Amino acid sequence: MADSITSRRTLEQALLLAAGALAILSALLNLVGGLHLIQLLASVGLVACVGITWKLVPATARWKCGFILFVVSTTAAYILLQPLAPGSEPEVAPHGTHYWLLAISAWLLAWASVEQFASVKTLSKVLTFFLRLLIPILFGAWLLLGWELTTRGLDVPQVLLPAPSVIAERFAMSTDILWADFKQTFLKAVLIGYAMGCGAGFLVALAIDRSPFLQRGLLPIGNLVSALPIVGVAPIMVMWFGFDWPSKAAVVIVMTFFPMLVNTVAGLSASSAMQRDLMQTYAASYWQSLFKLRLPEALPFIFNALKINSTLALIGAIVAEFFGTPIVGMGFRISTEVGRMNVDMVWAEIAVAAVAGSLFYGVLALIERLFTFWHPSMRQ
Amino acid sequence: MPTIDVKELSLTFTTRDGPVHALSNINLSVQAGDFVSLIGPSGCGKTTLLRAIADLEQATSGSLLVNGVSPEEARLQRAYGYVFQAASLYPWRTIAKNIALPLEIMGIGRAEQQKRIKENLALVDLADFGKKYPWQLSGGMQQRASIARALAVEPNLLLMDEPFGALDEIVRDHLNEQLLSLWAKTNKTVVFVTHSIPEAVYLSTHIVVMSPRPGRIHEIITSDLPKDRPLNIRETPEFLALANRVREGLRAGHSEDVPV
Repeated sequence: MADSITSRRTLEQALLLAAGALAILSALLNLVGGLHLIQLLASVGLVACVGITWKLVPATARWKCGFILFVVSTTAAYILLQPLAPGSEPEVAPHGTHYWLLAISAWLLAWASVEQFASVKTLSKVLTFFLRLLIPILFGAWLLLGWELTTRGLDVPQVLLPAPSVIAERFAMSTDILWADFKQTFLKAVLIGYAMGCGAGFLVALAIDRSPFLQRGLLPIGNLVSALPIVGVAPIMVMWFGFDWPSKAAVVIVMTFFPMLVNTVAGLSASSAMQRDLMQTYAASYWQSLFKLRLPEALPFIFNALKINSTLALIGAIVAEFFGTPIVGMGFRISTEVGRMNVDMVWAEIAVAAVAGSLFYGVLALIERLFTFWHPSMRQ
Repeated sequence: MPTIDVKELSLTFTTRDGPVHALSNINLSVQAGDFVSLIGPSGCGKTTLLRAIADLEQATSGSLLVNGVSPEEARLQRAYGYVFQAASLYPWRTIAKNIALPLEIMGIGRAEQQKRIKENLALVDLADFGKKYPWQLSGGMQQRASIARALAVEPNLLLMDEPFGALDEIVRDHLNEQLLSLWAKTNKTVVFVTHSIPEAVYLSTHIVVMSPRPGRIHEIITSDLPKDRPLNIRETPEFLALANRVREGLRAGHSEDVPV
């Protein structure tokens, strides 16, 4: 315990020292290479911040310390991005060595701030919840800042990798298109296909469980269907069900059916012999032991399938739109905007897909927690 | 009419390595109100015999009657309560809900369910734990809850398969004492599988000593201990003499064991 505390302090002090040294070096290079006043100010700010927090780090003022480090590091990053905004006239080469030294220094301080927050010990539920949100947000924010600083600093061509700010701008400008695409792909094809595919997989699993004949016949066919390549299935579905969303929903059904089927079949046989004997001694009927024992026991398996399928469904629907679609939809937008070199729009669609997919998964995980709280993996 | 009547019962399992004679020529008669222990080394078929009575295994030959009817009919009438080696409570149900499980299956009304849950939880000293989940309780408490679950069915016959085998000595003593007072209070018939000699002698009115390969009854010893048995009865000469008889029976049964 004492060891880990010491090593953490050593790490934090090393971070601060390195950040301070880099900021000083950056300031010197700035002075030598031709004055870039605002960036010099940022260097001074970072050094001052290191000076202030140096004394605070070993103390217990983790909140205060983390907050100062975060504000100063983010401000420094903001300043670094400023003179490079479109329209401004750079006086000195803004992307020289001092720029990178400063960026790294600010990044180290941000790291130190996350270290501070991560080591806060509190019994308060509200604070714990707040911290659990804060740390990934800080982490994500600095990932984006790093991306922005790098793409701008290296002048990466837009087509290769647009800066996050450019993507955000495009996103804000085209919310109506994005919303229409989201409605078409996610709210129609994904959700309807997902519900039908998972539902069918579940019901067929129950049928298989009831009849050994189906077990021998249907399971291998289900296996075969799952092995079909999506790029082959999608055009066929378009021919069968037309250009609009039903053909995409059909692809999603094909993709989600099998994981649900095998998981439910496995889950239904997860109960132990003793638990089944117990039902036998109560003279329970098939349906009674299904609802009171085997389905609850299968829930962790079923939720696994639901979670796996949530991502599969999104991928399936987007890819399926590459093979014929009306002029709306996330997959359609991605394929056409790539062709027009509008990579920022592609990234905006990717952002929508990522957020929607994560939320979908998150909601499922929450429901799972509610229903399988008793499972050893969920107990608190 | 005896509660359990076994005549010339044999049970053979067919396995890949050929037939295994789990039980051979069993004759046993259990009267209402008896506490019968089946004791013997592992592989002597004591659990198989109990499972045959419960209709969880089917006899190959011979006759077996429970309450005068076939084991299957007795099972369908919910004539017995079965307590397994492990508590086997469902983790997604609270203790009270676990006790309600057989009652729900039998289609017993809500009010009656609540009444029986309350009564039986009190009987096993778990009155305050109805709202807890099984995994929040100790092993001994879980096993007590599973006994309450078996009692809630209100059977006149209780079948117990090494219910305290996995528990430590102190908890085991305590539960033995509780089981005995429960038996005295409710006047149920109990068939109890164990491999502990003191446990069998302390609890039973009849001790069935079994021997292995093939599983058979070596000797049935009738206990002359009084019905009221405090824990310290185990230090009396009568108790020790009885335990000695059981031990010798087990040893003799073992020596008949011819390696195959």
